[in-house]
Amino acid sequence: MSSTNGHGQDRIEADHDFGFETRQLHAGQRPDPNTGARAVPIFQTTSYVFEDPESAAAYFNLQEYGNTYSRIMNPTVAVFEERMANLEGGAGAVAFASGIAAQHAALFTLLEPGDHVVASSALYGGSVNQFKHVLRKMNVTVTWVNPDDTDAWRAAVRPSTKVFYGETVTNPGGNVLDIETVATIAHEHDLPLMVDSTFTTPYLVRPLEWGADIVVHSATKFIGGHGTSLGGVVVEGGTFDWSNGRFPVVADPSPAYHGLQFHETFGTYGYLMKLRAETLRDLGAAMTPFNAFLFLQGLETLSLRMDRHVANALRVAEFLEAHPLASNVRHPGLPDSPYRPLVEKYLPRGAGAIFSFDCAGGREGGQDLIRALTLWSHLANVGDAKSLVIHPASTTHRQLSDSELAAGGVGAGTVRLSVGLESVDDLIWDLEQAFALVAAGHGAPAGAR
Amino acid sequence: MTAGATTPDLTAYQDTTDIQRVLHSTRTIAVVGLSKNELRASHFVGYYLLRHGYRMVPVNPRETEILGQRSYPSLRAARDAVGPIDLVDVFRAPDALPGIVAESIEIGASALWCQFGVIDLEAARTATEAGMTVIMDRCLKVEHARYVGRMHWLGFNTSRITAVRGGIQ
Repeated sequence: MSSTNGHGQDRIEADHDFGFETRQLHAGQRPDPNTGARAVPIFQTTSYVFEDPESAAAYFNLQEYGNTYSRIMNPTVAVFEERMANLEGGAGAVAFASGIAAQHAALFTLLEPGDHVVASSALYGGSVNQFKHVLRKMNVTVTWVNPDDTDAWRAAVRPSTKVFYGETVTNPGGNVLDIETVATIAHEHDLPLMVDSTFTTPYLVRPLEWGADIVVHSATKFIGGHGTSLGGVVVEGGTFDWSNGRFPVVADPSPAYHGLQFHETFGTYGYLMKLRAETLRDLGAAMTPFNAFLFLQGLETLSLRMDRHVANALRVAEFLEAHPLASNVRHPGLPDSPYRPLVEKYLPRGAGAIFSFDCAGGREGGQDLIRALTLWSHLANVGDAKSLVIHPASTTHRQLSDSELAAGGVGAGTVRLSVGLESVDDLIWDLEQAFALVAAGHGAPAGAR
Repeated sequence: MTAGATTPDLTAYQDTTDIQRVLHSTRTIAVVGLSKNELRASHFVGYYLLRHGYRMVPVNPRETEILGQRSYPSLRAARDAVGPIDLVDVFRAPDALPGIVAESIEIGASALWCQFGVIDLEAARTATEAGMTVIMDRCLKVEHARYVGRMHWLGFNTSRITAVRGGIQ
């Protein structure tokens, strides 16, 4: 190779701090060198032709940044990864086929049999399943702690603990994680803090700036914003000292990569290299180029959408607070929320658009409300551009008794909303007419919708 | 690499325009402390520099040849054998830096690059006062990959924002 040492490319790029809106459009991409294409091209290819045997060897040895096989890297996916890393302020990112896959890979990379994890007891149900069952099969134990109780995080640490895990904002409780405090406790014990920021996106909070070390997202939600595609991503800050003695799995010579010491060799990029070159390679849950393309279309308008999601959600929450058939509105941005101080610190642009409330009439009341709604979509997802509603007691939490529900912070009449981008007056109108039917003792008759 | 609590302010030695100028103007690089062990970071960097068309000169008194290049016991010996050295890239412990700086000035190198953790502000000041450009606590391979190479192919954050069409790689 003769012309890649920078000679002849004498344009020096000025140092400038670009704003979030600029970066959500441009980070990770230069117009395609071969065609000049302005949009990010979809590189729908499984594999890549090597220049020569030496280049192929250099790519597989990680001596040179090169494309080998799309299970491990892909140029379209790489644009999405770099854009997410840039927006979060991280050293890099690795994308996955789903949020659950991203979370598992992030944990798998730093865990070994016999290890221990301290996790918030208010995690998303899908995460709870993964921690309870998949980690158990890996012989990893979990201690669940009340995320609001900072002493509980500290008290749960054992010699075998490897990571703290929490969510920026939870559902249905609406707990807001005190990221800076929990990160400080983690670091006192030479541990990283991993945070799921799916509900908040990098526009509302950037956990790495508050001391978190790893951020995971389900891109399926607000990052895409269109409800068309499944995906996830892991962003790492690059500042955690994986050579502190507690993480031989990251720092010691790797038997899965001919003795490579990922942290010593790649420094800032060691964990991310291991996450990609080993975990993604071996678990295989790669994001497809087409999904990466769709997520990039979503990211271009992330700030605009989140501002509207937040504003609409707050209007709906205020409406519900004033409504006689709604109670216990768990939106952390409301003035009387116990999480208000944490929202002001970490979420000055708003606490997101997903929250729960209790509908009068218990199980039946909740079901009647769902039956009567005509604009809110009844489904099991959040973070779509369209407004979504679900009644946990008759769907996701159906097997549980009322007392079991209560232990999980879910009432029999609890309804979860994900507030979308429709005209907010229409969303409130729909709730209003549905409540009227609940008040009349029944929802719309079956078949009337 | 390691976020030390007492890391001094190195911003003067991490200027991104200085970094780009060094990458673009350099042709011959002496790598002081280059290891023959192919799993060491210095070996990765030496390999990468050769691959990208730089003249890479190993400086390691314990070896005679690394990566197919003759290894020299000192910067002086390297300069005498191969001619002018543009950049001195250092993979040694920080306490070796004052001696390396003195030798770099003596051979007329125009820039000094100190890899992750190779930090000595006094030595950096000496080199700067002698007219050298100094980059400190940065990786030469990473910065090349950021501005010229393909770091973005693996999802790393290059922090670059531009609408200018890229050069063919």
